[in-house]
Amino acid sequence: MPKLPAPPIPSSLQAPPPRPGEGNGKATRPHEHAAEAGTSVVDWVDERTSLSGGARWMMFRKVPKGTNWFYTLGSATMFAFLSQAVTGVFLAMYYRPDASGGAYESIRHVTNEVFLGQFVRGMHKWGSSVMVILVFLHMGRTFFFGAYKYPRELNWVIGVVLLILTMVMSFTGYLLPFDQRAYWATIVGVNINGTGPLLGPYLSDFLRGGPEFGATTLSRFYAIHMLLVPGLIAALIGAHLYLVARLGTTAPPWLKAEQNPELREADA
Amino acid sequence: MSAKHDKHKSKYTLDREFPGAFEGETVTRRRFMVVGGQAAGGIAAASFLLPALGFAIGPIFKSSPHRWESVGSEDLFNPYNYVPVVLTLNPSIGEAGKTTAYVRRFNAAIDTDPYDKDTKYIAISSRCAHLGCPVRWVDAAERFICPCHGGVYDLLGRRVGGPPARPLDRFYTRVNGNREVELGPRFSVNSELQRFSPRDPGEPLDGIGQYAYPSRPGAQKL
Repeated sequence: MPKLPAPPIPSSLQAPPPRPGEGNGKATRPHEHAAEAGTSVVDWVDERTSLSGGARWMMFRKVPKGTNWFYTLGSATMFAFLSQAVTGVFLAMYYRPDASGGAYESIRHVTNEVFLGQFVRGMHKWGSSVMVILVFLHMGRTFFFGAYKYPRELNWVIGVVLLILTMVMSFTGYLLPFDQRAYWATIVGVNINGTGPLLGPYLSDFLRGGPEFGATTLSRFYAIHMLLVPGLIAALIGAHLYLVARLGTTAPPWLKAEQNPELREADA
Repeated sequence: MSAKHDKHKSKYTLDREFPGAFEGETVTRRRFMVVGGQAAGGIAAASFLLPALGFAIGPIFKSSPHRWESVGSEDLFNPYNYVPVVLTLNPSIGEAGKTTAYVRRFNAAIDTDPYDKDTKYIAISSRCAHLGCPVRWVDAAERFICPCHGGVYDLLGRRVGGPPARPLDRFYTRVNGNREVELGPRFSVNSELQRFSPRDPGEPLDGIGQYAYPSRPGAQKL
């Protein structure tokens, strides 16, 4: 470490320089302590939680040869979700789920008057499409690389549930601006749900919160959109990632297993 | 201690040689605590889950009172063509709670089906029976046409083209003391114009459809 110049204080008040062999490379001076503060804090937490083992297990995994850019689609989807979560929280600070005009007015206020409101709302609006596209690309990668096969079937199932939840997010979020497009898209969407035999009519009643579209419909969609489904998605992403780390990733299908002649001889 | 073959059959813990067993005891204290603790947890969870569930699905079973709304004087309407009127379905959400209905006077020459003979006015809902978009009456074509997916209906609201599953819904009508036409609750009809309690769009009412898409529990008969 480069030495800082000594502060201009009398030598009688300065701490004596360490004697050879004293300190053993440990921090003894205040500025040395300051330089190591970050490490000390991490050490303090790790000593009490043992989190670093888990972090190492998660971050420093062995990956197969041939791992390529297609393998980043899952992380990309997760960051799209995080972006939706963060922008969504800030949009919720301005949004009012009021079906008699307040919802539309609050969105108009965010878009036209709030500082950076148009930008944050745009991120949320276009980010939702980005997330849906990334989910499908990630799903396609998993399918075409055969990464859904044993022992990763459960992770595929969790992924499909996450796909459905992403669709629920898209459907419920579409109503919230409460303009003509949102209103009619929701009417049509709820009625599509209603076309399922036997249970369909009950499902559309549940979604609308009654026989007709009303004030309850909007607040219900809002609660599902910002409380129920995001929590489920976050929990399932955790399970999805755990299984990825636990089972490891697959090599791309064009890569053959390395055939070591020595090992083959030992086998025989 | 009883005979050896009783060891796994006796209901008494003492006979089954459980450590710490008491005389006359059939359930160990450990097992009692486990079952009791789980039951208490179950009751605690149910005490908030059941009300929350009932709260969420309650609206399915709620029946709302019939609304009758005046849409104009009797002179407004004729037996040959439809007149669009605006009707409030849900007064609490402003413009979004309104809908359009098409009204004309009963015409014995065209309204020949037996279910209509006691009505003085025919009121057709503008909600498409496919997925609920608003249809409009096109005078030149003498058809109701839906802008969304191309549903087409004839003068009586019967489907003549496109994806709709049944004819357009209708409203009950009556004339009040001031000679004004009033529109009441909505009802659905099958392809023979037989009346059913109101269904959502997209739900067929012919054949097995009326059983596959039951009416809502809160629906009241008029």
